Parts: sequence; structure tokens; C-alpha cells
Amino acid sequence: MKNVLPFIVLAALVLLPAFGFSSYVMHIAILVIMWCVIGMAWNLLGGYCGQVSFGHAAFFGVGAYTAGMLYSKLGISGWWGIPASVVIVTLFALGIGYICLRLRGPYFALATLSVGVIMRIVAENLVHVTGGDLGIMIRERTWIGKTWYYYIILLIAALTFTAVRMIIRSRLGYYFVAIREDQDAAESLGINTTLYKTIALCVSAVITGFAGAFYTNYMGYIDPKVVFALHDISIITIMVVMVGGAATFGGPVVGAFIMVLLAEIIRSIPKLGTAHHTLFGILLIVIIIYLPNGIVGDFAKIRKLFGARRGAA
Amino acid sequence: VSAVQLEVLLQTLISGILLGGLYALIGLGMTIIMGVMKIINLAHGELMMVAMYIAYVLFSAFHIDPYASILIAAPALFLLGVGLQKYLINPVLRVEAIIPENQVILTVGIGMVLANLATIIFQSDYRQTPVDYGTKAWYLRDYWKRSPVDLSLSLPWTVSFTVAVLITAGLWFFLTKTDTGKSIRATAQDRDAALLMGVNVGRMRVITFGLGSALVGAAGCLFIPIYYIYPDIGGQFTLISFVITILGGLGSTVGAIIGGLILGLFESLTATYIGMGWAPVGRFVIFVAVLIFIPGGVASLLRSRKLGK
Repeated sequence: MKNVLPFIVLAALVLLPAFGFSSYVMHIAILVIMWCVIGMAWNLLGGYCGQVSFGHAAFFGVGAYTAGMLYSKLGISGWWGIPASVVIVTLFALGIGYICLRLRGPYFALATLSVGVIMRIVAENLVHVTGGDLGIMIRERTWIGKTWYYYIILLIAALTFTAVRMIIRSRLGYYFVAIREDQDAAESLGINTTLYKTIALCVSAVITGFAGAFYTNYMGYIDPKVVFALHDISIITIMVVMVGGAATFGGPVVGAFIMVLLAEIIRSIPKLGTAHHTLFGILLIVIIIYLPNGIVGDFAKIRKLFGARRGAA
Repeated sequence: VSAVQLEVLLQTLISGILLGGLYALIGLGMTIIMGVMKIINLAHGELMMVAMYIAYVLFSAFHIDPYASILIAAPALFLLGVGLQKYLINPVLRVEAIIPENQVILTVGIGMVLANLATIIFQSDYRQTPVDYGTKAWYLRDYWKRSPVDLSLSLPWTVSFTVAVLITAGLWFFLTKTDTGKSIRATAQDRDAALLMGVNVGRMRVITFGLGSALVGAAGCLFIPIYYIYPDIGGQFTLISFVITILGGLGSTVGAIIGGLILGLFESLTATYIGMGWAPVGRFVIFVAVLIFIPGGVASLLRSRKLGK
């Protein structure tokens, strides 16, 4: 059952546009899948390799700006940003990894957090390169409907899911988990921890960059405050994984679904809209205290809770 | 070097030192929490923001001077810190989870809630406390007529700096001379040994978190007469305090003071010579440079000097 479930979900998702949902529903579906991709990318680095990044917006933003600048500077389609971001985000991640991966635990977290902020400030100030606060606007949309965007992000998500699963089930995955559990012990067993942490970071960054490049093409507009956002990208990425369940395959999928829907519901209730960070913050606190391994990771705990209640009634 | 250039440089250095003194106070709060709890408090700047709004409300509703409001805001922040530590952070320290940085993520959540609540209560407008001495300054030429350069010293900046130095001195006295202070330092050095020596480690942690919050709260009140406030101001100060603690050496109090001064000077220099918008980047250039060249921070340099003798 467990091995079949991803295929059932995928099949259902492939058929989804055939039901003729409104473009609003398709928009939400695209966002959910995009957040799945980012969540899975983060999960590879944070959940499996134990390197908690607070700055995935940096990779997202670099991917987004790669696509945006190919369009605005070279005049070619922004979709070239997806292949181009492989090279650019990898180089960027190597640079970041060289500096940040020598730090451990919370210090790595904070170093990546500041990388995200640096990137935002740089993008805001290099006006002649990035367009500064004005951002980049893609004037002609590739498609008017949502269906093709949906299939593109679904393809990226399916490939990401497969890649993450293959990596985690290979030797590499065991190295990652060994590094997470005890870096010194892993090192003493002959694992080149720096190398494997760098691999995890680069793969995670490139996938996040894909999502960023897709975002540019899909939304048609980016600016530094949106794509390098600390709360709305970096922290939400962590929340997607924390809510769903770190170091599980399904966690980011469940997390993305819950977070995007929740954000959308909160936004639609007029008085609650301004309080959405408060509600997210409280959700984060509650999850960390009561379900530290997320909904998927602590599923047994949830079932027990409901089972116990049913037993009492 | 012309007299004008020299004047600009000296003026920049002066404002850098004044800013650095305030930064040191923010960094101190972070560093003692880090030393004792071994966690990074990412809600540090947001706690400062809370204190700033307390001072703002006291000023606009009761006309209490921001400097006097330290006496109210700092104890209030102490209680807030104690509450957060007791009811949120302590339970998480006991929880087993796959991701080891749970407590850090928790403080992010706390920070988000605080910043958002401030937005709801005060709207995201920029606010100021228009104190009547806000623009007063002393000029060097008033005292020394034939001075080749004219330097000014802003009154609120100077008062804030002086109060920050006094609070720092008070903290030093508390940490080195009192029993509680010694217990806190013992807990920071070796938790298990402190426990065996009869130190109530759990209590020290709560006190430390409260103390760190109170310090940053005091710093918030000192910033109020010279700065403006808005609900999201916290994030930038969280980063500043983190850069200071990295620069100074994690958990080192002397390091935090030196780190604060270096950062203040550096930011002031970048703002003058490169441009206002780039000052935050200068902050992170320092941060990255420290990580690469002196990973232990200033404290490690001081230590190696001592061992060298």
C-alpha cells in the first residue's frame, strides 16, 4: 500500500484538470504543488541531513531572478531559467556552502538566514542589474489558462519526489542521516561530511531554484521583497516540513496542502487576514510542542489520541 | 586630507561608537541567553520591539520620558522572558524530535506572533516619540572657538550611550559579585558541574532568559528617542544581535561589548562612505569574514593572547 500510494496520488493529480475546476482552484493547486517542491527540497537538507536552513528564500530568489533576468536582459523566454538555474543556483549554493557549512546546528541556521537577507538587500540595491524594488515584469504570458502551468509544476514535483526518494534510499541517504544523527561519529566512520553536506545543499538549492524559476514564469512578476521574503518564503518552507513531518516522504506534501489551504482560508476571512502570521506562529509553536515530528511523523500519536477517545466513548 | 574630510571621518567614528554602545547592550542580552541556554533566541529583536512599544505607549499616553520608562519596560520584559522560557521553551527542550533545532524554530514562531500582534494593535505605521531634546546637540566650536574641525555630539545619543554603559557596568557587577550572577556564570560554563555544586540550574535558566530580555528591553527604551518604531523592526535587531555575538565569540560578554562597538563603527563607516542602503550588507560582510577568518570571534583572540603570554 505504501509503495502504491504515491502513484495513486499522482494519477489523481494528473486527472485533476479534466474535472474542469475554476481557475482559482487550479491556482491553489499550483501553489500547493509548488510548495510541495520547495518543502521536499528543504526536507532533503533539513530533515534528512539535519542542516536546518532558514534561508531557502535565497535559492528560491536566485532561481526566480535567473529566469527573470534572462527575460529582461537577454530577451529570451523566462522558461530557459529552469535549465539555467541548475548552473547558477549550483554555483551560488557552492559558495554559500563553503561559508555556511563549516557551521553547525543553530549557527548554520542563522548563517543561512542572513544569506537570505543579504540577497534581498543586494537585489534591492543593484538597481541596474535586477531592477531594484521595481522588480521584473514578464509582459507576455506563455499561456492564458492554468492547465499547462499545472502540468509543468506537477512534472517538477514528480521528478523531485522520485529524486529525493532515490537519494534517500541510496548510500547517499544513509550518509545524510548519519550526519544528522551525529556528525562527529559520521566523520570518524570515514564519511566525508563536508562533501555530503555540500551535495545535500546543492541538490536542495537547485530544486528550490526550479520552483523559483517556475514562480517567475507563472506569476509574471517578481521583486526582491517577494522572492527573498524571510517570513513568507523561508519560514513558510520550514513550516511546510514541520507541519507535515520532517524526514518523511509524504510530510512536505501534507504540509504544503495544509499550509496553502490554511493561508488561503485565513486570507479570505476579512478580520483574520492581518493576523495570519500570529496564527501561523501559534500553529508552529503548537506543532513543535505537541507533534514535533509533524502530522506524518507522529501519525501514530494522532491515531492513538483519537483511538483513545473512541475507546472512552 | 582636507579639514572637511577629517571632520566627516571623525564625526562618523563618533556616531559609530555611540551606536556601538547601544548595539553592545543588545548583544549582551543575546550572549548571556546563548551562554546559559545554548540556544539562539531568534525572538530577541521582537522582544526589543515590545519594549519600544511599551515606551511609546507610556510616552504618548502618560508623557513618561523614554529614559524613565526603562524602569517599567525592563521589568515587564523580564517577566515576559520568564514566561516564555517557563511555558514554551522549557517544554520543547524536553521533547524528542528529528530536527534538533526545534527551539530555534520555536523562537521564530514567538517572534512572528509578537511582530504580528504589534501590527494588529499599532498598525504598520512608523511612529516616533517626539521628545523635546531630540535634536539638541553639543558643538565642539562652542567650547573651543579655534578648533580646526567642528564636531557635534547629539544629546539623546550621548545620554543613551551613557545609560547603556551604566547598565553594562551594573550587569558586570551582578555577574561577578552576586551569588545569583556567579551561579549563572557557573551554569554557562558547565551545566552538569554547576548542578553537582548545588546550583538550581532550571531556575538559573529562567532568570537568564528574563535577564536577557530585560537587557534588550532597556536597549529598546534607549533607542526610542533616536529612532523610529514599526512592528517589523525586530527582525533587523535579531540579526544585529546575532552578528554581534558571532563577532564577539559565542557566549562571551566582553566579546559582545567589543563586537557591538566594532559593528557600530563599521556600519557607520559603510553608511558614510558607501551609502545608507548598503549598511546592512556591511553588517553581513563582517559576519562572513569573522566566520572564515576568526571563527571563535574576538573572545578567541583575547584567549589566545592570554595563553601566548
